[in-house]
Amino acid sequence: MANFFTIAFYLSSAICIVGIVYRIWTWVHIRIGPEAEIFSIRQRIASAIKGFLFTLLGFRLLTFLKVLILHVIFQARIFKGNFKVLRLSMHLLVFTGFLLLLLMHALEEQVTEVFFSDYASTLNPFMFLRNLFGAMVLLGLAMAWFRRKRVKIIQKTTNTADVYAIVILVVIMTSGFLLESVKIISSSVFDQMVEDYTGLEEPEEVNPLKLYWAREFSVVFPDLADTGDQALFEEGMDLHEENCMDCHTRPQWAFVSYPVSRFISPVAITLNKIKADVWLWYIHVLACFFGLAYLPFSKFFHIIAGTVSLLGNGVAVKTRNDSVNAATLRAVALDACTHCGTCSLHCSVAPVFQQIQNRNILPSEKLITLKRVASGKSLPEAPLKSFQEGSFICTMCFRCTDVCPVGINLQDLWDASKKDLIANGLPEPFILTRDTYTSKWADSLTDHDTTIYLDGGSTPGHLMLSNQAGTFSVCFKCRTCTNACPVVANYENPEAVLGMTPHQIMHSLSLGLGEMILGSRMIWDCTTCYLCQQHCPQGVRITDIFFELKNLAHEKFGEKGMSMKHRARNIKEITS
Amino acid sequence: MKFAFFAGCKIPYYLKHYESASRAVLRALDIELVDIEFTCCGYPIRSYDFFSFILSAARNFAIAEKHDLNILTPCKCCFGSLKHADHFLRKNDKLKKHIQSFLQEEDLIWEGRSEVKHLLTVLTDDVGIDKIRTRIKHPVKGLKIAASYGCHALRPDDIVNFDNPLAPTIFENLVGATGAESVDWSKRLDCCGNPLWGKNNPLSLDLMQKKLVSAHQAGADLLCSSCTYCQIQFDSVQNSELSQIKKNDPGPMPSVLYPQLLGFSMGLGEKQLGLDANEIEISALLKA
Repeated sequence: MANFFTIAFYLSSAICIVGIVYRIWTWVHIRIGPEAEIFSIRQRIASAIKGFLFTLLGFRLLTFLKVLILHVIFQARIFKGNFKVLRLSMHLLVFTGFLLLLLMHALEEQVTEVFFSDYASTLNPFMFLRNLFGAMVLLGLAMAWFRRKRVKIIQKTTNTADVYAIVILVVIMTSGFLLESVKIISSSVFDQMVEDYTGLEEPEEVNPLKLYWAREFSVVFPDLADTGDQALFEEGMDLHEENCMDCHTRPQWAFVSYPVSRFISPVAITLNKIKADVWLWYIHVLACFFGLAYLPFSKFFHIIAGTVSLLGNGVAVKTRNDSVNAATLRAVALDACTHCGTCSLHCSVAPVFQQIQNRNILPSEKLITLKRVASGKSLPEAPLKSFQEGSFICTMCFRCTDVCPVGINLQDLWDASKKDLIANGLPEPFILTRDTYTSKWADSLTDHDTTIYLDGGSTPGHLMLSNQAGTFSVCFKCRTCTNACPVVANYENPEAVLGMTPHQIMHSLSLGLGEMILGSRMIWDCTTCYLCQQHCPQGVRITDIFFELKNLAHEKFGEKGMSMKHRARNIKEITS
Repeated sequence: MKFAFFAGCKIPYYLKHYESASRAVLRALDIELVDIEFTCCGYPIRSYDFFSFILSAARNFAIAEKHDLNILTPCKCCFGSLKHADHFLRKNDKLKKHIQSFLQEEDLIWEGRSEVKHLLTVLTDDVGIDKIRTRIKHPVKGLKIAASYGCHALRPDDIVNFDNPLAPTIFENLVGATGAESVDWSKRLDCCGNPLWGKNNPLSLDLMQKKLVSAHQAGADLLCSSCTYCQIQFDSVQNSELSQIKKNDPGPMPSVLYPQLLGFSMGLGEKQLGLDANEIEISALLKA
């Protein structure tokens, strides 16, 4: 067991350290935003070190300390978002509970024994505190689970990394509690302790002690018949005081493990036989070391990255001209995100996600995709298009940045990643759809000798303004709309630039040339100023029709697999 | 009187002073603003997906209804978008049912009890020009203002119901209350060009340029806007593209937000009015 422990410890620590170094390496390596291309890795490292030193040595030290205490340790930023009390207590319970367990229990030899020379894990206050800290962590995890199950958007976006983070801690905590419970009632653990710490050898010598421990410490012995012999009990008590008392408090103080041990005591003998205490120890230790080794690749890495993000954004790059460190902090952001989902809860365009089921509309999900994109892995077309759509549906309202508990400058991240998308030929869908349609129909719209094929088919949707005769057939081509249009007025030869003018579009609609109109620059260059619609003597809803035509173009484009629109519900019933 | 304040997406980051100036002026005129977390009005997604637009707008109304409040927005595009959605929801029962099914997921319901009002309407109808006049401490006499209406509040009038769409007066009256003079300029009802910014920049700048020239020709010292997008166009875009729009260039035409103008003439603090936040300095106002 000791060998296994040592090997597992060194192995998992080594993996953890290598992992952390690798992740930190990506911080100066990953490039997001056009200006990030300019800076070399060396520049970024130098700038980060310089910024850090200047902060520590300069007048910004106070800000640094403020951020460290207020935001890193006490998580004051949590108070910016919804469910603040739940989230703050959740974080503090898990964080302090785990940290104290780590110091007092996991590092007992290195920490607790140094400060308390008479430390024993089975003595109070340590036995009680271990239960308390463990219970704190479990309570925090229960709250996290509850939040993930109950809050709608959080529930929809919970992923395997979130589940892993909760499960690994639950496994560590419950295996610890179970191990303690099993040991409380285990006769074999008792036998081992008697052999190691007392001089008692003959069964007759041990029996009084067994009786005492059966009654007072709830150990379950397979071969002990308690006849209510008070003299024997008192003899046991003497033995206990002589041999055991210095290291053992009554197990009732383990307020979680003790009730559990009472509950499982009927199967105590079986548990003994299958050596439950041994394999629970293995599970407990393995889970801890697995968690340690996997830490740099799990959400727990936010312990490091989140701290850097909070301090970096809180101190270093308040001034906008520090673009080298801003580039580095963007890379840090990808690791700092805890996927808590608070940004998505407050997202201004979250209702759009109810209609267009593209996860990349939500900031917390977009960040995950950005991480894949930025790491240089070539993404298949579909997720890339979905990332593009989500990126440009964002209205840059700043709210996600405002509420992010790890202080990520998401606004800056989206700004930079949008520029990257544009540079890679993935502009906002409006432009992509427009350019596809307008180039397709450019010739037929300007060359009036070209045969135009009639295509009356329009996908059902919207208010059906554009394919219900009643909405435009009243148009008698008076051209008032065209004359009122400021875009038409901007060009000497509007038809050459725009393909069609508003009254021609209304006319084409009555001819069923819906598809062709989508290729007219007119609908795409419409400023939506409503002058045409306002001035129409027949009340034709020209601008509203233009809006609808643009919608149709995006949808048709989508049918060709270019756009990632997935309707939440069938829309046919509304418009038919 | 109480309203739910609807800032929209752009103000909190790009135009903070529009919010602070609006709040300052409204507070001084005894209008109470309630802060509720709204979502996008739906305007930016309208070209892309109709249902997303309606749901976004309807959700905001449903939230306002829950608080028994009407909405006040300083943005004309938010105003127009919310008005349109309201109109479509009232006219189309199937649409309403469809949208309702999504709102239900959040225990919200749209019943059409809340309405949206633009800042200028609240100042005119709910506060009243007379009351505003009594609060003017520092009339900006001699200042010539070109009031720009903003399309999405003005048209189509059967849906937005803001003012006479062909000969509106609401903005000039409000400007007049501050002591400033409204110039008569030909492009006052035209588009600022911002809806095309990022989509067709040359056209966007052409449209703005025509307005700037028109304001200059009418002898205006300042443009005055009361819309988030108009102001972004007249201030940030004009500022960043000054070199590009030089043809017939009479120099920059600064733009003041109406609550800045009103607040200044009411003698409110310059800091809350954000008079130094405009990218193109509004020095004509400060000298007035």
